[in-house]
Amino acid sequence: MEKRVTFKGLWLPLLLVLPQIVITAVFFFYPAGQAIWQSLFIPDPFGLSMKYVGLGNFEYLLGNPYYRASFVTTAVFSILVTVVSMGIALYLAVLADRLIKGSGVYRTLLIWPYAVAPAVAGVLWLFMFNTRVGVVSWYLGLLGYDWNHVLNGEEAMGLVVVASAWGRISYNFLFFLAGLQAIPKSVIEAAAIDGARFWTRFRTIVFPLLSPTTFFLLVVNIVYAFFETFGVIHTITSGGPQQSTTILVYKVYADGFVGQDLGSSAAQSVILLVIVGLLTIVQFKFIERRVHY
Amino acid sequence: MADHSGMVEKRGFGLWMTHLGLIIGLLFVFFPIWLALVASTVTQADIMDPPMPLLPGDHFFENYRKALVSGINAPVAWMMVNSMIMALGIAFGKIVISLLSAFAIVYFRFPGRRTFFWLIFLTLMLPVEVRIVPTYEVVAGFGMLNSYSGLIFPLIASATATFLFRQFFMTVPDELAEAARVDGASPMQFFRDILLPMSRTNIAALFVILFIYGWNQYLWPLLITTDPSMNTIVMGIKQMFPSGDDFADWPVIMATSILAMIPPVIVVVGMQRLFIRGLVDSEK
Amino acid sequence: MATVKLDSLKKSFGKTEVIHGVDIDIKDGEFIVIVGPSGCGKSTLLRMVAGLETVTSGTVQIDGAVVNDREPMDRDIAMVFQNYALYPHMSVFDNMAYGLKIAGTPKAEIAERVDTAAKLLQLESYLKRRPRELSGGQRQRVAMGRAIVRKPSVFLFDEPLSNLDAKLRVQMRLEIKQLQRRLGVTSLYVTHDQVEAMTLADRMIVMNAGVADQIGAPLEVYANPATEFVAGFIGSPPTNFVNADLAGIGNPDAVKLGVRPEHLNVMPSGSGRLAAKVMYTEALGAETLTHLELADGTMVTARQSATEAGAAEGTEVGLDWQDGDEMLFDRNGKRC
Repeated sequence: MEKRVTFKGLWLPLLLVLPQIVITAVFFFYPAGQAIWQSLFIPDPFGLSMKYVGLGNFEYLLGNPYYRASFVTTAVFSILVTVVSMGIALYLAVLADRLIKGSGVYRTLLIWPYAVAPAVAGVLWLFMFNTRVGVVSWYLGLLGYDWNHVLNGEEAMGLVVVASAWGRISYNFLFFLAGLQAIPKSVIEAAAIDGARFWTRFRTIVFPLLSPTTFFLLVVNIVYAFFETFGVIHTITSGGPQQSTTILVYKVYADGFVGQDLGSSAAQSVILLVIVGLLTIVQFKFIERRVHY
Repeated sequence: MADHSGMVEKRGFGLWMTHLGLIIGLLFVFFPIWLALVASTVTQADIMDPPMPLLPGDHFFENYRKALVSGINAPVAWMMVNSMIMALGIAFGKIVISLLSAFAIVYFRFPGRRTFFWLIFLTLMLPVEVRIVPTYEVVAGFGMLNSYSGLIFPLIASATATFLFRQFFMTVPDELAEAARVDGASPMQFFRDILLPMSRTNIAALFVILFIYGWNQYLWPLLITTDPSMNTIVMGIKQMFPSGDDFADWPVIMATSILAMIPPVIVVVGMQRLFIRGLVDSEK
Repeated sequence: MATVKLDSLKKSFGKTEVIHGVDIDIKDGEFIVIVGPSGCGKSTLLRMVAGLETVTSGTVQIDGAVVNDREPMDRDIAMVFQNYALYPHMSVFDNMAYGLKIAGTPKAEIAERVDTAAKLLQLESYLKRRPRELSGGQRQRVAMGRAIVRKPSVFLFDEPLSNLDAKLRVQMRLEIKQLQRRLGVTSLYVTHDQVEAMTLADRMIVMNAGVADQIGAPLEVYANPATEFVAGFIGSPPTNFVNADLAGIGNPDAVKLGVRPEHLNVMPSGSGRLAAKVMYTEALGAETLTHLELADGTMVTARQSATEAGAAEGTEVGLDWQDGDEMLFDRNGKRC
């Protein structure tokens, strides 16, 4: 699509795009290029010079059990966050959609978590499950369950998943509710007259018609779980125990800033770059399809 | 939106069950926030003797004053100022550069326009988390550690807003620009007098989203603000936890958490319409 | 006040030429209507005069000066757009005043000029409103007001009435005509509606596929169309075209015979020049349209006064016309 009207001029438009070009070049393309460049080197033990190793960093990473474990952790974490958050949001959206009056009130309340930073969400959940003072862990103790996410990797994973999913409920709820309300009422009424009960209607009509929204949210939530949950993990578990909650983004940080292993961190950045690229392609392909849906 | 029902209407018992289901959802959503609120109004002793109370205590002013004025590493009031500057800087900065460049790509034909378009397209969806180490080096090289520009610039280097405005400008009828040309308006006069006022709602919606995005940043401020006086509130909370086996000062930490939530919650709830619009727009 | 002169004006988009060379001399104060079907290039022609499209070759002159490379604002023109193009966030007053403000006109003069235009267009009580609070006709008036306040030498109208309903269109048509008479400003008006063209124009330009088929006063064009296209486009119902051989035309160059509906006489069967069968009739009150089928299947229409006795549907009749009403066209669609 192009505009019919254009203004004349050469310097003016260049001047207009200049701020964005400069900022993007300096803070985006140059660092991204650096990441790729650095991923081909390793620093010597004294940090004085860099040694070219080609794809050595990548080979090392892919052969490294910790890195491979981090891949699995990331996959498990993103799938769980996506499923839990979308599940709860869909449940709430379906209920809110059944209301004729008052769904606006619920919406106003349910969008709160969006405003809560992932790092703050992490602190809130950490407080509830704190092994020493946490309310939930204390009541679990009463029930005979000894909660300790500091030592138990599965409990740690569970906690970061719930905290991350909690923060994402608002977003998913809003999109699901909008999707549900976009379904023509007549279609559902026709099914009701055909004798379909609520669950049957949901399974055979509502859910299929909701699939564009669902698929869109799947991609967006996976991206969220990959990149925007750093705050949750850093505040709750710092990747532990024994790296059981070290997702890929966390590992870039841990190796690059804590471990000062620049080559490896850069190589990890490049791998993440590729993953983001793939996810972006999936999303754009999908959006193209959504337009024609 | 509110007075429409996608499902067949429920009455009586079914209606109550629907409300019950939603209220259970609300409990799940609000319990962590409620608990933080309660913890911010009781004493450290109340918390250290589990289970902590589930109703607010009477130490509200004491805890919040302590957090705001002295904090643990730095006064939280100061961190909130930092957060506000960062969030506003990101929102304004990104909106300004995006409006200008979107105006250029939509209304001008200049050499390199397509290249520029594709270059900024590449920046979509690539979060700062992925390129932290080299970006950190760039910022350090400019001497921008512990500075507001260091907090702001790397986070406005993405093109989402440019795309949004481009989409919107494309829907502005061609005749308006032609009428302005016939009226003798220069490109910048057209931009200022016609395009900007017409984009008001889009700008406001995007502002809401970007403000929250900026306020809630964590990793980036964590890396580049080593000086506690430059900490933002969201990252400052984690810094309040003692290293080692000391006990955390929970009432102050929880008061800080609540303070960290207040501005974005006000924005999201108070400008709900704009917020939802911004959310939907920026994902299109 | 100004003359406008187009000299072998051509326009290409990429390799496609859409205007194949148009010449016209427009006198000061003349109302010229450019009429043609959609896609004939009439809007492009107007936009070249406005300076919104570049000229590929040829020249546009306003008041004797070549303006090809001048910006729209430097051409001393004003334009009324098809969808009005009112600035949605500005009041009626600001919409009309915008051009003057940019030109740096003193505030008092702006107010005076806008008030005068508003009075002329009966918009005085709407000056504070936004465009979306106005009806279609009112928006149309604002668009004209915006053109008037600039006191241009040339008005350009790009299908200004096409977004209005039929009744309003007739009313606005009259208003535009009166306004132009009163102000005496040279005007170029583009439309696809031949009735608008007939009623408004001092002279009209009939455009067909990027070529000006005919330029002339409306009645002259109607009575004496230069091409088969013009004969078919101007007039409603359109001119009937009959195979020249079937009609028994002696001229060897003639391929088609054109006769206007009002010139066809329906006669009793066996008389007249052609045999036809009445398919159906439409009684419109003042007149009756009779649709007939000829021997070769061609459909023709005869327009009769309602006082004449019409032939019943299904009957065989004869058709006749005067020699002087014959319009003969060669294989290229030109008159011969």
